[in-house]
Amino acid sequence: MRRAAVLGTGQTEHRTRRTDVSMAGLCREAIDRALADAGTGWDQIDAVVLGKAPDLFEGVMMPELFLADAIGAAGKPLLRVHTAGSVGGATGIVATSLIRAGVHRRVLAVAFEKQSESNAMWALSIQPPFSAPITAGAGGYFAPHLRSYIRKYAAPDHIGALVAVKDRRNGALNPYAHLRQPDITLESVQRSPMLWDPIRYDETCPSSDGACALVIGDQAAAEASSRQVAWIRATAMRTEPTFYAGKDHVNPRAGALAAAALWSAAGIKQPLDEIDVAELYVPFSWFEPMWLENVGFVGQGQGWKLVESGETRIGGALPVNPSGGVLCSNPIGASGLLRFAEAAMQVMGRAGEHQVPGAATALGHAYGGGSQFFSMWVVGRQP
Amino acid sequence: MDTLAAPLTIAFDYTRSLGPVLGRFMAGLRERRVLGARTSDGRVHVPPLEYDPVTHEPVTDLVEVSPTGTVVSWTWNPRPVEGQPLDRPFGWALIRLDGADTPLLHAVDAEDLNTGMRVRIRWSAQRTGHIRDIACFEPGESDISEISEEFEPVEIMTTPIRLHYQHTTSAEEDRYLRALEQGRIIGQRCPACRKVYVPPRVCPADGVAPDEVVEVADRGMVTTFCVVNVPFAGQRLTPPYVVAQVLLDGADIPISHLILGVEAADVRMGMRVAAVWRDRSRWSTTPENIDHFEPTGEPDAPYESYGEHL
Ligand SMILES: [Zn+2]
Repeated sequence: MRRAAVLGTGQTEHRTRRTDVSMAGLCREAIDRALADAGTGWDQIDAVVLGKAPDLFEGVMMPELFLADAIGAAGKPLLRVHTAGSVGGATGIVATSLIRAGVHRRVLAVAFEKQSESNAMWALSIQPPFSAPITAGAGGYFAPHLRSYIRKYAAPDHIGALVAVKDRRNGALNPYAHLRQPDITLESVQRSPMLWDPIRYDETCPSSDGACALVIGDQAAAEASSRQVAWIRATAMRTEPTFYAGKDHVNPRAGALAAAALWSAAGIKQPLDEIDVAELYVPFSWFEPMWLENVGFVGQGQGWKLVESGETRIGGALPVNPSGGVLCSNPIGASGLLRFAEAAMQVMGRAGEHQVPGAATALGHAYGGGSQFFSMWVVGRQP
Repeated sequence: MDTLAAPLTIAFDYTRSLGPVLGRFMAGLRERRVLGARTSDGRVHVPPLEYDPVTHEPVTDLVEVSPTGTVVSWTWNPRPVEGQPLDRPFGWALIRLDGADTPLLHAVDAEDLNTGMRVRIRWSAQRTGHIRDIACFEPGESDISEISEEFEPVEIMTTPIRLHYQHTTSAEEDRYLRALEQGRIIGQRCPACRKVYVPPRVCPADGVAPDEVVEVADRGMVTTFCVVNVPFAGQRLTPPYVVAQVLLDGADIPISHLILGVEAADVRMGMRVAAVWRDRSRWSTTPENIDHFEPTGEPDAPYESYGEHL
């Protein structure tokens, strides 16, 4: 297969409200940084792929229409991608596929969310006629699955808090992160209010405005780059129904299938040994141990033990979310692309204070819907 | 077959952060002034563009254009709908304002609309820095007054959005709701995987319509649950309360429902619960016929009996 590589990444400062910029301005903040990082001019971009979570979040139907000018798509192919929370990852994968198919030489991938303009909490919890009025929000949807994980594998209560402390301290090293809390402690997380039992306040992601952009190029473009690129060794996406009889919300089939396909395509036999750093989509802290198992770093029921041992911290066997992850910044539509971009930044050696020393191979991961869509990629310092 | 149907309205007040260019445009409207953006090719765009479509650079050069212009093209709207600028028949027109190079789409309040017609802005009486500060256009020329001082850009604009649907149930949902009206809970079995879906639906795993109708019990077990401690707008109950996945006896997929009649802290996975129906006189074709579930006092179901439904 043809090779593809990340030539440059860009992201915005993530905040609760970015009222200083329009949606177009938000996207451009990330795009301009990605183009600069890639050393690429507009005239070298052949196509644009835009990722965006559900239209009802901001109430803009088809944002790709009014953003086309601002994101440099005039006169070029423009594709919109939507796979709920995993959309950022899917956007990176669609852009990569356009390169690998030999259609384009350089593609700009951009994803954004302006949660402050929106109703992300309730836009997806509308009450159709003939339905029971039982609404609890996103946390209320996922909390039962986390309770199931805890029960199934007898995980101790403090695991979720350990993840929150790690990610928030990591976020303090990331100048773009929305929440930066260097002084957070296990005790302070455990003292924070219980929202959707078993999920505490400090174990939930913030609502953020933000955007992320990547320039992805073919082999010739990558070899022409004067800087280290992130070679895209493999990508994978899988989907399953949100609900069906026997669905395993603790270990979703689509996630496991995507991971198996990913490792196979990347030629990786022992992910825990061969991956140096992982950016996992963890909007509630307890998802870290669940996804460690789902993507196959450890066996079922072993994820919480890896967390407890401290091996997912920077300096551990598998640093997870050195950027602070979704727990520190959650512009939903961009969150998946941020995971992919942060994985790329690690192998490019451009992750700044949250750089994992010597990172040569990294995983970017995203999921969305009711654990329905999964997208992931492996990037490396070498092809 | 006529299945049950009812109207559904989705409405939210979204906001728009306008940024430096549109923020100045909206502030101009508040002062009865129209600003256009001059791009690198010398053209003036109204409404303004935030980024130059040729160079992709941010647009910084805003120039005032006239509130009078010429109809470039138009179409007639004989039956205005909710939210449109006028509540009587009007024309939608592309109007090129004097001084602008691109046409603006807006409503014209005129019965004899034609191409080449000169029209001017009819300003709203109350102007807030919103696109609605232009009420519509009307035939005629306007006087251009003195250019006023530079004004503070508008930062945020509110845009209420409403969508009206007719929600129609599927044959399976219709059957389920009509059974509920009689105080019965039915599921349907997938002919491929043999699983009983409650409420019945086309099997999400096999993609085939269910056939055999199966009556299931109005009692079952809690598989997993969430204790809601978060207050939010429109909440029915005071937190804490429990929203649980309830696997009814005879079903292969849980339904989501409230567990009441017990302290939230005492709800357990595997707890046996039964439906508490509303008073029979209030039954109709709605899942609300079941008000909530309550513990039955039976021994908890063993983990193995619900471990596959997590
Ligand atoms: Zn089936």
